[in-house]
Amino acid sequence: MADTTAAGGEERLSLLRVLGPGHVWALGVGIVLVGEYMGWNFSVGKGGMVAGLVACWVAGLLYTCVAMIDSEVTSTVAAAGGQYAQAKHIVGPLMAFNVGLFLVMAYTMLEAANAITVGFLLDTVAGMQGHTGLNQQPFIILAILGLAWLNYRGVLATLSFNLVITGIAFIAIIILFFAVEFGASAVPLDFTAINTEPLPYGWLGVVASLHFGLWYYLGIEGTCQAAEEVRSPARSLPYGTMAGIMTLLIAATLTWYVCSGLIPWEYLGGSGTPLFDAARVTGSTSLMVLLFIGTAFATLASANGCINDASRAWFSMGRDRYLPSWFGAVHPRYRTPYRSIVFLVPIALIFALGAPLDQVITFSILSGLLGYTFMTFNMVMFRRKWPVASIKRGYVHPFHPLPAIVLLVLCSTAYFAVFLGYGTQLIAMMCFYIIASLWFHFWRYRFVKRGDQFTMPWPRPLGY
Amino acid sequence: MDIWNYLEYAAWVLSILFAGFMLYDTVRVDTTYDNELLTSSREGELELTAERHEI
Repeated sequence: MADTTAAGGEERLSLLRVLGPGHVWALGVGIVLVGEYMGWNFSVGKGGMVAGLVACWVAGLLYTCVAMIDSEVTSTVAAAGGQYAQAKHIVGPLMAFNVGLFLVMAYTMLEAANAITVGFLLDTVAGMQGHTGLNQQPFIILAILGLAWLNYRGVLATLSFNLVITGIAFIAIIILFFAVEFGASAVPLDFTAINTEPLPYGWLGVVASLHFGLWYYLGIEGTCQAAEEVRSPARSLPYGTMAGIMTLLIAATLTWYVCSGLIPWEYLGGSGTPLFDAARVTGSTSLMVLLFIGTAFATLASANGCINDASRAWFSMGRDRYLPSWFGAVHPRYRTPYRSIVFLVPIALIFALGAPLDQVITFSILSGLLGYTFMTFNMVMFRRKWPVASIKRGYVHPFHPLPAIVLLVLCSTAYFAVFLGYGTQLIAMMCFYIIASLWFHFWRYRFVKRGDQFTMPWPRPLGY
Repeated sequence: MDIWNYLEYAAWVLSILFAGFMLYDTVRVDTTYDNELLTSSREGELELTAERHEI
């Protein structure tokens, strides 16, 4: 067995450090870009065309804060598990356990939602070709198992694949924008609803639309999960994450512009695949094919990145004995967290085959929101315990603590927005995390090797 | 039977193959290698050996 590393004379297995900034970009944008192809448009249904744009930019501001905060902390805490490892070092074990669960739930639910979308998309195409009653199940199962297999076989191939298909999906949005701008559409852009029906449901509609506005960017923080597999974490992670959020801000604004201009907001608000539908409205077959490919690729890239991130978070928790240490195994040949990858497959399948899409998406958004809320006080504690002058950082974000405060305010607004539409799910989710926390505190923590948790060679925190 | 029916069957077959490969390989690795070695990964090894968080 040649693929092992020796540390202190002891033979050890570790994840492979083979990734560059492009892979980090592909992981972050790959997870998120599907949000441009589906889901964001429900914000238009909640509050109208203008509310959709407000949600797009307000959520963009929220995620810019997330990207800035994440880039600074992750460039310093370079470990698989991302925000879980950050919480462990900066806040404490109970917070870390919860953050780990937020990550696994958010990504596994998103993976399930993507698989459902693959089935829906193929059903739509089959229907257009005259085939009715397509059984979506085998395609949903294949999407999850095929991508899990790719993840099982190695991270370099997985994220190189993501780089290619995410790039194609992004370029498809750019091409659609230019094609519509330069007259390739049979239907002209029409924004008269901005004047005739600016806010059909008032300002409450704008707040409600924020829930689905998050869908434009949900998951960009997933870049952190690659921390232990990038060649240069201090450089690659901030670079890939910041490039990712810039890409998404461009893609989100273009998506709103093209879709809102081509599709009346009443229809856009209920569309299953808005960009694909916009291409259908143009009447151009080549644009339609391109956007179908874009939708399929964005969906697969997202599911692929979600499997990567959920398994890393689960693996890290197993390695620290927050979960059974059996999950902390590395494959001796492929150097992937193979047990975690295999274990999470049936969980994703259960949600993909047994739960409705909007519920799955809402649970994913809620877990993500809880994670963003954690980032606000995590950032403040990080700067207080280890000020800028005390340890080396790959990136130092400006205007601290303003991004953390803005993020907290926007998270609070988003909770209210979710509560308006899915209050029961919000409460159910909170109950789940409270019960899990009690289990961890009163039972599981006794198995954790407490002295081994703090792995970063940092100086003693200020005031300790 | 049209192309979509064949695609459904192909999806089932591929799913079984992918699942079979992962399960077979997991069992093979778990029975071939010592669990101590498989779970020997430690967080922060790079930081201890290559990077110094000092200014």
